[in-house]
Amino acid sequence: MIAALNLTKIFKDRKRGMIAAVDQVSFTCRPGQIYGLLGANGAGKTTTLRLLATLLQPTRGTATVAGHDVVADPVQVRAHVGFLAASTALYGRLTAREMITYFGRLNGMTDAAIRARLQVLAGELDMDEFLDRRCDKFSTGMKQKTSIARTLIHDPAVMIFDEPTLGLDVMTARAIVRFVRQCRDRGKTVIYSTHVMSEVEKLCDVIGIIHAGRLVAEGTLAELQARYGERDMEEIFVKAVGGEAALAAALNT
Amino acid sequence: MNWNHILTVYLKELKDSLRDRRTLISMIVIPTLVMPGLMFGVGYIMTKVMKKAREEPTSLVILGGAEAPGVVAALRAEPKFRIVEAKADYRQLVSDKKIRLAVEIPAGFEAALQAGEPKTVTLYHYEGELKSGMGVAAVERFLRDFRERTVTERLTHRGLPVSLVKPFEVKRQNVAPPEKVGGNIIGGIIPYMIIILCFTGAMYPAIDLTAGEKERGTMETLLCSPLRRVNIVLGKFLMVMTASVATMALSLVSMGLSVVAGGSLLGGGRAAAAASSAGAKDAAAGFIPLLDPLGVLGVFAMILPVAILFAAVLLAVALFAKSYKEAQSYVSPLIIVIIMPAVLGMLPGIELTAKTALVPILNLSLVCKEMLSGVWHWPYIALIFGSTTVYAGVALAACVWMFNREDVIFRA
Ligand SMILES: Nc1ncnc2c1ncn2[C@@H]1O[C@H](COP(=O)(O)OP(=O)(O)OP(=O)(O)O)[C@@H](O)[C@H]1O
Ligand SMILES: [Mg+2]
Repeated sequence: MIAALNLTKIFKDRKRGMIAAVDQVSFTCRPGQIYGLLGANGAGKTTTLRLLATLLQPTRGTATVAGHDVVADPVQVRAHVGFLAASTALYGRLTAREMITYFGRLNGMTDAAIRARLQVLAGELDMDEFLDRRCDKFSTGMKQKTSIARTLIHDPAVMIFDEPTLGLDVMTARAIVRFVRQCRDRGKTVIYSTHVMSEVEKLCDVIGIIHAGRLVAEGTLAELQARYGERDMEEIFVKAVGGEAALAAALNT
Repeated sequence: MNWNHILTVYLKELKDSLRDRRTLISMIVIPTLVMPGLMFGVGYIMTKVMKKAREEPTSLVILGGAEAPGVVAALRAEPKFRIVEAKADYRQLVSDKKIRLAVEIPAGFEAALQAGEPKTVTLYHYEGELKSGMGVAAVERFLRDFRERTVTERLTHRGLPVSLVKPFEVKRQNVAPPEKVGGNIIGGIIPYMIIILCFTGAMYPAIDLTAGEKERGTMETLLCSPLRRVNIVLGKFLMVMTASVATMALSLVSMGLSVVAGGSLLGGGRAAAAASSAGAKDAAAGFIPLLDPLGVLGVFAMILPVAILFAAVLLAVALFAKSYKEAQSYVSPLIIVIIMPAVLGMLPGIELTAKTALVPILNLSLVCKEMLSGVWHWPYIALIFGSTTVYAGVALAACVWMFNREDVIFRA
């Protein structure tokens, strides 16, 4: 379960002054649901997810993740969260097995538990062939699979994915999407950010459209289609953020 | 603080670092192979040069020897000297290092000698030049003998005893125990080397574990784990300490071994260097300095808080950088900051006082020099250990504080 309440993050930037990267965002994501966070470049997706993963501290507001408050109890939040982003890379000099085992240990698992869990994950993600090779020699797909196994080793209740299919080929991207769906089917709470419209349509139970740090629209695909009178997700998105002009203006700041 | 977490991070960093070629080179290859190699190479070349300079006859020009055939003949007869005919200006010849020196014998020298008038022989030399210096010493020795022979002849000629002009002798005798002599000779260099090694050993891993992780994108992955930042910092810190201490220990052990193994070789060079200033005949035997083992232990104990200080400062500074390159540009100037007080400590005249005992690095340099020569100023030792521990603690706290700052970790 994720419940964000007026989550706000303001950055002080030397050139641009104060930037409200996330501005009073409130939403809820229940277990067994995929919440899709849809936004253009710089909309505030990554910042929102980092706040949920307690990598950043909110300027105002808070969120409850897996039953723990991100401000009051960040360590417990991290213990129940799997966070995957383009910026969470692998240790190139470790093998996939060592990498995943390290994160199992950091999460307080015993070596026996890590081994058992790793065997299951490697089977599901089809990793056996490269499990004992060094990560710096991996293809993007192999890296992404290893990263997913890393986030899942401690079987977290909440999964946070920040554009996990970015830069992947169709086959690997589909495998990742399938895996995210599996997470939901096992009752995990999943939040998934992307700027790919089709992924949102296919994957997400609830869609939140974020623009310039604000959550401008939220609902199921059907609800959004009804509200904006459009079938196509891209049209809905453009309408929700206030037209193409508003989108272009936000991208230029 | 959670020791389990710290240990997990530390062991991973250790494994990771040992797989990194650059860390391996800076931590193991350079200290064990390059450092002694360098020392040996320099020592060997020095020995060669000195040996050659000593064996080569002193080339000199005699100026105005026409009225002193006796002296000139004696100079020519001496195999240590090679008399060169002055074709050009003798000053130029000395300046160009074509000859080691020019000996000017004043007009009417031998006649004045007979008459008992004092005259001055002038030696034109190249101040500070090794061969010229050796040549001057040799000619001076020769002339001194010549003068003494003259005096002795005159005394016996008049039937007087030789002791008339030499009523007593002067002799030097060393009473300091050999390990204290060793402490004084290299007591200044050892702490200097330890300080530099400690710092350079910590430098590379400190960058790799902070800015390097940021650059490779693994920092954020690590911060996703349910560890408190302080445990991550301490795990990384221990790794940097390990590298620092390993670099230092490996360097010292390999250098110690090579000094013992090649002692005679280096000893020859040292003895020759000493011979030009004072007539240290058996410096060769005493070169392999018998260091006081207690002093060495003391040095290791004192270096510990300094190693902590270095590791913490390096981690904090390197963490601020976004990339490896940027971190290097922050850290490199620090070497000068470290070397300056370390060098100051080697200079004679700078002594341990209540003030210098509070200057980090300088105080270490000074106290190590004392400990290696068997002097134990306990109040100063306590003051130095205490103050450096406080500095190290502050630096480590600053490092943890840096890791907790999101504008440092996620610097745009
Ligand atoms: N550490 C930081 N310091 C200053 N400004 C920041 C920082 N991180 C993000 N920002 C700014 O906050 C805003 C939101 O950025 P964020 O990365 O959350 O967007 P995003 O939706 O993930 O975009 P993208 O699709 O490019 O990943 C941007 O204007 C960005 O420049
Ligand atoms: Mg982003």
